[in-house]
Amino acid sequence: MTPFTLSEPQRHLEAQIRWQPVELAFWLATLLPFVFAPNYLVLASQIAITALFALSLDLILGYAGIVSLGHAAYFGFGSYTAGLIAKWGWGEPLTGLAAAAVAAGVLGYATSFIIARFRHLALIMITLGLGLLLAEAANSAGWLTGGADGLQGVRMWKLFGAFQFDLYGTTAYTYSLTILFLAFLLARRLINSPFGLALRGIRENAVRMPAIGAPSPAHIRKIYTIAAVMAGVAGGLLAQTTETVSLETLGFARSADVLVILILGGAGRLYGGLVGAIIYMVARDQFSGINPQYWYFWIGTLLIAVVLFLPNGVLGGLTRLMRLVRSAA
Amino acid sequence: MNALALATRGLDKSFGSLVVAKDIELKLPQGERYALIGPNGAGKTTLINLMTGMLKPDRGHIFLGEKDITALKPEERVKCGLVRTFQINTLFPHLSALEAVTLTVCERRGYARSWWRKLPAYGDAVEEAHAILVSLRLAASCYRPTRELAYGQQRLLEIALALATKPKVLLLDEPAAGVPQGESAELFSVISDLSRDIAVLFIEHDMNVVFRFAHRIIVMVGGRILVEGTPREIAADVRVRDVYLGGTRHG
Repeated sequence: MTPFTLSEPQRHLEAQIRWQPVELAFWLATLLPFVFAPNYLVLASQIAITALFALSLDLILGYAGIVSLGHAAYFGFGSYTAGLIAKWGWGEPLTGLAAAAVAAGVLGYATSFIIARFRHLALIMITLGLGLLLAEAANSAGWLTGGADGLQGVRMWKLFGAFQFDLYGTTAYTYSLTILFLAFLLARRLINSPFGLALRGIRENAVRMPAIGAPSPAHIRKIYTIAAVMAGVAGGLLAQTTETVSLETLGFARSADVLVILILGGAGRLYGGLVGAIIYMVARDQFSGINPQYWYFWIGTLLIAVVLFLPNGVLGGLTRLMRLVRSAA
Repeated sequence: MNALALATRGLDKSFGSLVVAKDIELKLPQGERYALIGPNGAGKTTLINLMTGMLKPDRGHIFLGEKDITALKPEERVKCGLVRTFQINTLFPHLSALEAVTLTVCERRGYARSWWRKLPAYGDAVEEAHAILVSLRLAASCYRPTRELAYGQQRLLEIALALATKPKVLLLDEPAAGVPQGESAELFSVISDLSRDIAVLFIEHDMNVVFRFAHRIIVMVGGRILVEGTPREIAADVRVRDVYLGGTRHG
């Protein structure tokens, strides 16, 4: 369909989803670390991975209203999958990442049947339970996962047979950022599709959905599986770029952190998880440099401040500010 | 009498010892406008919940046309053409009116599973949704988020969402609830202008509206159908008058 034949309502919907200049600016800015902070590329890579993880949570929490306190299950599952494949002698990054995606997707699809039946508090307890279950299973299967010592002996081959994963993180950041960008394009497409609209419908009013003939459980199973795949890819990236996997990838703290990151940045906005990840990770890096043991004190303060003063996260606050500036001008 | 659009046979439902529906035999012919009236707690909304599948009956069957739909899920009943609206606005606060109706059309046309093409590319669905909003005089505010719409407009959007499913039978649970009396006649004129292919059953407390717009009236008391008849018959019925004037026989 060409834009010339769009009707007025179509043009109106089209305008809502058009690429904005600020989006292009954001993605161009992600290249800045290569030039201005070459010593921080390892951190930048970790941020990109966390942003991908937060984006995946945003798809279920921000768009479909599915609260999860166990999202690290899929992150960790992807992480161990990618790590184990490399440890067992197949260190090719892209196929390893694909394996992590498939494994997390299968786990996500299997658990989605439980998820789709519950809401609210029950959902929080179930996701929390599933997360704890998997973390403990990994802990007890020390012969496979290395237990509390973590998975050792992960050796990655060169990316495309040419780019070594180096100590400076140049390859790692390029790799993570590219995958993040591709996943973002996919998420953006998905959110702006009829399926994305149906997800927002579930978030806005789950009671009305069946009354308009919408099969919410089927939609929820689908997005939950997609989000699990994305979380698995993020986990796989972490395993490959750090060449180790620890139990922490499956832990409750990681599930809670990603929730904090998303709420900090603004849930239900595509860039919420991305902005949240940048703020959180940079803040952690800076604060923990000053006094590491009190780092969570500052995060707690930040979280309360954001929820009190910016209920829609940092991005929600920025949007409101922009609107004020525009109406004043 | 036309063929039946919706019928129930021996529908029973109780919560513990509280009987909310007892032996309900309802027959709604195609294209007719029926009113369902009765005092508070008579079981009117419960009956709608039973017929649309939001509650499971203890006994009995529900037929849509010839088809037994008793075992179908709510969304499957909607796909068959049995659709309801809600007494308390049950809308999508942050979606615009256009988005909400487009969503409903997409679900009906089977587009809502598709996640690769952009929403505006489904021009037929967007156009159909917009046409429904135009027909209900909501076009001017259709780009605004639902929560910003005036209350009366939100009541109309309730109906717009139901219409977007292309219903054969429409169950309206107090469509004018909370709307000032002057506007409620306007709202009901929209309902009486609906296509005659749609059978309508509406719950309403304002007797002026009921007698003006209903072809037939069903009176419910204490979970049972007390009587059914034309407005003239109901107005003359002694039992109905007792119920509404606080008679003791059915207390």
